Amino acid sequence: MSRIARIRGTALPLRGDDVDTDRIIPARYLKAVTFEGLGDHAFEDDRKALRGAHPFDDARFSAASLLVVNRNFGCGSSREHAPQALYRRGFRAVLGESFSEIFFGNSVALGLPCLTLSKADIAALQELVDREPATGVEVDLEALRVTAGPLEAPLSLPAGAREAFLTGGWDGLNLLLERFEEVRTLAARVPGPSAS
Amino acid sequence: MAATLFSKVWDAHTVRILPTGQTQLFVGLHLVHEVTSPQAFDMLRLRGLRVAFPDRTVATVDHIVPTSSQERPFADPMAEEMLATLERNCVEFGIPFHALGSDRQGIVHVIGPELGLTQPGLTIACGDSHTSTHGAFGAIAFGIGTSQVRDVLASQCLALDPLKVRRIDVDGVLGAGVTAKDVILEIIRRLGVNGGAGFAYEYGGSAVEAMSMEERMTLCNMSIEGAARAGYVNPDETTFEYVKGRPFAPKGSDWDAAVTRWRSLASDAGAAYDDRCLVPAADIEPNVTWGIHPGQSVPVSGRVPRLADLPEAERASVAEALDYMGFSGGEPIAGTRIDVAFVGSCTNGRLSDLRAAAEVVRGRRVAPHVKALAVPGSVAVKAAAEREGLDELFRAAGFEWRNAGCSMCLAMNPDRLEGRQVCASSSNRNFKGRQGSPTGRTLLMSPAMVAAAAVAGEVVDVRTALAAEEKAR
Repeated sequence: MSRIARIRGTALPLRGDDVDTDRIIPARYLKAVTFEGLGDHAFEDDRKALRGAHPFDDARFSAASLLVVNRNFGCGSSREHAPQALYRRGFRAVLGESFSEIFFGNSVALGLPCLTLSKADIAALQELVDREPATGVEVDLEALRVTAGPLEAPLSLPAGAREAFLTGGWDGLNLLLERFEEVRTLAARVPGPSAS
Repeated sequence: MAATLFSKVWDAHTVRILPTGQTQLFVGLHLVHEVTSPQAFDMLRLRGLRVAFPDRTVATVDHIVPTSSQERPFADPMAEEMLATLERNCVEFGIPFHALGSDRQGIVHVIGPELGLTQPGLTIACGDSHTSTHGAFGAIAFGIGTSQVRDVLASQCLALDPLKVRRIDVDGVLGAGVTAKDVILEIIRRLGVNGGAGFAYEYGGSAVEAMSMEERMTLCNMSIEGAARAGYVNPDETTFEYVKGRPFAPKGSDWDAAVTRWRSLASDAGAAYDDRCLVPAADIEPNVTWGIHPGQSVPVSGRVPRLADLPEAERASVAEALDYMGFSGGEPIAGTRIDVAFVGSCTNGRLSDLRAAAEVVRGRRVAPHVKALAVPGSVAVKAAAEREGLDELFRAAGFEWRNAGCSMCLAMNPDRLEGRQVCASSSNRNFKGRQGSPTGRTLLMSPAMVAAAAVAGEVVDVRTALAAEEKAR
């Protein structure tokens, strides 16, 4: 599993609070038994409604690999299809004011860091990349800083998730299986539903 | 030392602290459904792993099943493939499966409690955000994503950070016609859709203690809509009475030992909480959402907000919601014309919900322009309702009476809105496009309020409107 310490690229500003996972990927795309092709359908209904005026349809951002969002991003349904769709569209980090916890956890498991910045720094970053879409943005998980042209801002990431990215342990299954005898011991102690 | 139920259950299920600092938490019961599991089983196959504890794993099918004809193969080939995939996976990995056609099939959050699988003191996980429902029993229940479904299948564990606990007291007596749905919509409006981030909600107070298990399930079900990862009620006599005698409940002398243990898990008097909040029961009216998230609601006597009355910071999101919903702002929510009425879902698809809606439509007719659906949450709920004649009441009133499933809550089956239809819905989410049409509109409310809206053809206060109509006759 690879270590994730730095992410560089250009950024796409996606404004709005409480963007739910039904909007990120509509439920009709959850009927497939694989995650393949989900990237093409990210924000499909929002994009249709805006007839080409959605930032995902803005050619200036077509190569962006960082997504800059606002408050409570990814709320609602627990569908991992939402971060999968963003990842498969080419995003490698999401910067925002705050994230829903389930979305955040699902993203960690994919190696897609969700980083929290202050409201003012997010606004400044969104404005900057809107004005200068070619601005190189660098996210540094070690220093917990983001730099973008003249802008430099602190970012925060819960310690456990940061450690997981920096050590390459973000796909946590190996860790959970590492000392399995301890799981068996505990399982013998805590009752489950008794079969009938 | 005095402790909360959350910390007692969390500690009892902690395997170890991982090198990342997260807790490796053992999952007592894993509930599986068709939508979020296929990729997880593929990941297991790819790594050559087995399901660690098939006896702590239970599967059913709910999201994609049609609620009209359930003949196989389904008309939708993707739905058919999804169900066939789950069937194959359950056989290959030795997981008990409550299949379509079984009298135990239904919405996963309805059948878990119904079968007695859901018990106090358990940790429960399921690849569905409404897993918080099971907290009604004093379990700690988490909605998870597909990679975590893989983790639980392979290891029966999750890597999690502990939550803080917010105690929410609903004190007093709820007024007639005010339901658990109205309580949770009230809590979400007051605390915000992001207010529960980092918290588990512990619901208590005299109004919660007086609730039936089905009402407590409605309450806990929507915790996630307030961003609380889990929500629970301390187990009490009402809980034990409900669990007793169910197929997977402890039997004989095991039962007495279980009740003693469950009692000891309830939060101790004097336990410290990270936060507390009080919602007087008498303040709560039937609530109706007007916007595009579950925090955007008003009491039925209230008005849709006006932009001019709001602080600058709130205007953009409210403007977006008003625009999508077609409100200009300032109009009373009562009188909003509806096209569709939906009674059902993991929030309000249980027997008491159907009874409440049926009672309202008894002897009345659905307005001619309204399409109305009553969808039981499980095969068992359907059978119980039919034994009481509720199906006849619904049909006589002009409702369609359907088979068990998630139905019109989420647009993964044939039940969906068309165009800009407005739906009075007993479900849990009013997000843009949630009910299947990218421009469809959802008004969340209690089952009785949905039934009243179906009859009136518009949003009405169930407490007064139908009584007034009766008087006029």
